[in-house]
Amino acid sequence: MAILEVEDLKIYFPIKAGIFNRTVDHIKAVDGVSFAIEEGKTYGLVGESGSGKTTTGRGIIGLEHITAGSVKFNGKDITNKKKKTKAISRDIQMIFQDPYSSLNPRKRVRDIIAEPLRNYENLTKQEEKKRVQELLELVGLSPESILKYPHEFSGGQRQRIGIARAIALKPKLIIADEPVSALDVSVQAQVLNFMQDIQKELGLTYLFISHDLGIVKHMCDDIAIMYKGRYVEQGTKEEIFNHPQHIYTKRLVSAIPDIDPSNREKLFQFRQEVQEEYDESYNEYFDSEGLAYSLKPISETHLVALPEKG
Amino acid sequence: MGDKLLEIKNLITSFRIGDHYYAAVDNVSLTVNKNEVLGIVGESGSGKSALAFSVMGLHTKAKIEGSILFNGKDIVSLPKSELNGLRGDDMSMIFQDPLTALNPLMEIGAQISETLILHRPQMSLKERKDHVIELLNMVGIPRPEYVYEQFPHELSGGMRQRVIIAIAIANRPELLIADEPTTALDVTIQAQILDLVRKLKSEMGSGVILITHDLGVVAEMADRVAVMYAGQVVEIADVQTLFNNPKHPYTRSLLNSVPAEGQDKLHVIQGIVPALQNLPREGCRFAERIPWIESNTHEKDPVLHEISPGHFVRCTCYKHFYFPEEPKEAKVYGNTRG
Repeated sequence: MAILEVEDLKIYFPIKAGIFNRTVDHIKAVDGVSFAIEEGKTYGLVGESGSGKTTTGRGIIGLEHITAGSVKFNGKDITNKKKKTKAISRDIQMIFQDPYSSLNPRKRVRDIIAEPLRNYENLTKQEEKKRVQELLELVGLSPESILKYPHEFSGGQRQRIGIARAIALKPKLIIADEPVSALDVSVQAQVLNFMQDIQKELGLTYLFISHDLGIVKHMCDDIAIMYKGRYVEQGTKEEIFNHPQHIYTKRLVSAIPDIDPSNREKLFQFRQEVQEEYDESYNEYFDSEGLAYSLKPISETHLVALPEKG
Repeated sequence: MGDKLLEIKNLITSFRIGDHYYAAVDNVSLTVNKNEVLGIVGESGSGKSALAFSVMGLHTKAKIEGSILFNGKDIVSLPKSELNGLRGDDMSMIFQDPLTALNPLMEIGAQISETLILHRPQMSLKERKDHVIELLNMVGIPRPEYVYEQFPHELSGGMRQRVIIAIAIANRPELLIADEPTTALDVTIQAQILDLVRKLKSEMGSGVILITHDLGVVAEMADRVAVMYAGQVVEIADVQTLFNNPKHPYTRSLLNSVPAEGQDKLHVIQGIVPALQNLPREGCRFAERIPWIESNTHEKDPVLHEISPGHFVRCTCYKHFYFPEEPKEAKVYGNTRG
């Protein structure tokens, strides 16, 4: 069963102007997005900056007001519930992009990780300490570090503190918003491996938001490509990377740098061709406002935003 | 190969922490030829940016030893006035962050003109404006006349980075240093910017130093690659050799930590890049991050060995290196990436 179902999600931000500060228009940050994530899977949401991928994640967890549409978690409607039942807000957690700004610099690691526990569980001081130390061990940090401050850790270690905080309540769904884009490659590898390990261990489901296609390819089962608040394509990893149908997806996939220098010339050639095709057929794939059409299924799992035929 | 444009010899750049100077760039020698892209890779803290800043003379508090020959002339000891004549003219730099590298209160046109006013004062107002618009055109900015009068906040990140590039190439530099030029950008824009740098290189025949931690970008752009760790160059080779036949444990570890086809588990380098004041100054600096390799395989005072023409590797530990997750026998036959 799908653990998360998002139906026609719309998040608009008002543009205010004039003396009465009236709303004159809206920015459609997310404009009709629907998807479902199966339990235990990793679902990748990809797009360039400004495509609305982060807003989608924030809307689901309740950090943005949802203009229209619905979000269901385990079959229960959680759209815009200010007071979500406690059970649901424990079950969905978020890992933020920047490990340098998402941890309070004045708090000790113990307090950072214990904060969710204090909100939801009545633990004695001793129990709490034990839990925090267990969590630290789980993320590969020494239990003695509970008295340290965030600045005493490296980027990768900080991101793991953020992860420890996110998994403290044993959530079912984690929304990971660019969890490794601020990190060096080797640290990236560490965090990604770790996310995969705890996924198996705890049976987690991930909504993995990223602009890095290489990492998405490595991590995700299903992938959706977003552009200007809409989906342009959705499918399995195989479908998106090996048989992209939408010109936008093709262009994105062709832009990934290849680590083998012998493919250089081929890649430039290919990129050029795709760019030409993109320029020529832009109007066929996008409507008069430059937005993607609604999704049409081309196979059971593969959806592409194509115009109505005829 | 080619004409030597820049020759860095035994460069040591040290910063003062407390009462001591610590070398962030520790005895680095490199050359950049004309019409060549030299890629420099390494994690943050490896000294690659400190190296670039040393070449540009942008360190104000660092102690710089050794020599940097630009067209045969040592620029380390050059007085500031003469250095200013070079910077922005014969050599220039593309900075990492397009958001902070531009003055938010100045129109785009004026910011690009600045470097022209400084280095080509004889240009008339009209000539200058024409040249700026031509530059904007060159870096692929649509409607350059319009952008000329815009402010940085009105442009997207990719457009701003193009403006930075336009400033850097305004005087057709012989040496262009690009410090993580695309790190802040989306992939499609990254592809366009890299394409642009490549085009400029071949049109102007400039030498380019490309500093990045993104191995994919290096694989696409560089002619030769230097890998830096803890202030030292640990491996240099032409790009094909470096990616197909890497030798140094650090290079191999880095390459293995990038997600690739059919790879289940990524390689994680143990430990972290040590902070400047804690750098091991004796023996192989990478040794503490590969503790499963026997210590007698490291050199006492590791030097660069030329193992094939143009391919240099520091320390002897590479001969005995293997990944802990792979069977030990496989190591002898060397080739790591199939």
